[in-house]
Amino acid sequence: MSQIDQSIFNTLKETTGSDFIAELIDVFLNDAPDLIAQMHSALATRDSDTFRRAAHSMKSNAATFGAMELSALAKELEIFGREKNLEIGSRLEVMEEAFRQAAVQLEELKSQP
Amino acid sequence: MAASPEPAKLLVIDDNKVNRIVLSRNLEQQGHVVETAENGEEGLKKIRTQSFDLVLLDIEMPVMDGFQVLEACLNDVDLRQIPIIMTSAMDEIDAMVKCVELGAEDYLTKPVNAVLLRARVNASLEKKRLRDEQRKLFRTFATKEVAEELLRTGFSLGGKKITASILFADIRSFTTIAESLDPSETIDMLNRYFGSMFDAINTNKGTVNQMVGDGLMAVFGAPIHFEEHREHAVRAALQMLKQLQLFNEQQASQSKTQLKIGIGIASGEIIAGYIGTQSRATYTCIGDIVNLASRIEEHTKVALRPLLIDDDTRKGLGDTYELEDLGPTLFRGKQHLVNVFSVEPSE
Repeated sequence: MSQIDQSIFNTLKETTGSDFIAELIDVFLNDAPDLIAQMHSALATRDSDTFRRAAHSMKSNAATFGAMELSALAKELEIFGREKNLEIGSRLEVMEEAFRQAAVQLEELKSQP
Repeated sequence: MAASPEPAKLLVIDDNKVNRIVLSRNLEQQGHVVETAENGEEGLKKIRTQSFDLVLLDIEMPVMDGFQVLEACLNDVDLRQIPIIMTSAMDEIDAMVKCVELGAEDYLTKPVNAVLLRARVNASLEKKRLRDEQRKLFRTFATKEVAEELLRTGFSLGGKKITASILFADIRSFTTIAESLDPSETIDMLNRYFGSMFDAINTNKGTVNQMVGDGLMAVFGAPIHFEEHREHAVRAALQMLKQLQLFNEQQASQSKTQLKIGIGIASGEIIAGYIGTQSRATYTCIGDIVNLASRIEEHTKVALRPLLIDDDTRKGLGDTYELEDLGPTLFRGKQHLVNVFSVEPSE
């Protein structure tokens, strides 16, 4: 199953420049583990505001690259954070798995012309 | 992609690095020069210290969010004219709509669509260009504050009651002077004279709203009310007299005609508003006070003082002014005696 919506990704590539897309993907792939770490530590300290903010960034970035499933999962977590409810079950782990899969595909897309 | 016809300087404020890069990259591809800021505070600092044609502003940010930046800009007369486009996710559309209601120019949902981005940015820049031209026009007869007020409220033709100070100024025996000069010389002299008088009025927050021949009428405290309108009017008048002195020194050095003026000021409630039609309207002040200010100005000829004010205006002055009580005077068309004071030009 594809994690990346190809038409969204292609549009992004076109409008930012195809020579530039690899760099942009790297920015996302470098920042995302930080966001995930922030969400974990925010869960531990019961800091719903930081949790919401990190989920918000993940949602936004994932949508930019067409990683729609990841974006939807992050959005769900953002709503939890906004409602100051951190009883999220295993949702963060599910989101992390979606990120790993999206990351693999984005790495592949980096090398495509 | 083709560059837009006139490149502009834009600021992208977003805490999200990917968003910042995507937006600025997109805008640079469209030919613009782009600066970025990572949060509201940094963004506002850049807006205050540099000059931008347009700002793209994220809502959800740490330190200072988009709402706060927007409000700070809208409350600042120097920043109000910079168009701001809000950028946020689709699920925050309510917040963006609220921003547009507050005064943001437009909004864009993220992930941003390049075609929409180009269209909205170009439309906003075009509107700004038109507004800048209009502003330049307004500035020729009004202060920055008044020009902004006019742009913000548009020309609603309704009037309102407002407490303000009215200033009349007139050149003594101008008709005689004009007859002795050739027409181009007369116009040149008037232009230089009005130029320096307008400066004195504008720097003291006044608005010239009528010029008839060699006379002018200015209002202080309308359309935008401010408490110290009486003192500002008197300060403007004193500055006008000082400017006139400089003007005359210059005239004398070129063996040209020197001018004498009389200034009258009265304060109180007036009716102010735009009269005319939608296509041609002037900002006008009506009321007894306007009439009184004109009469007091005429009285300077009799009183042989350059600057006279009424009692209401006097009450708004601090004790740093040198005043002379000329006593009660009855003016043509007035039922009651009016206490008139002369303000001595200080050195």
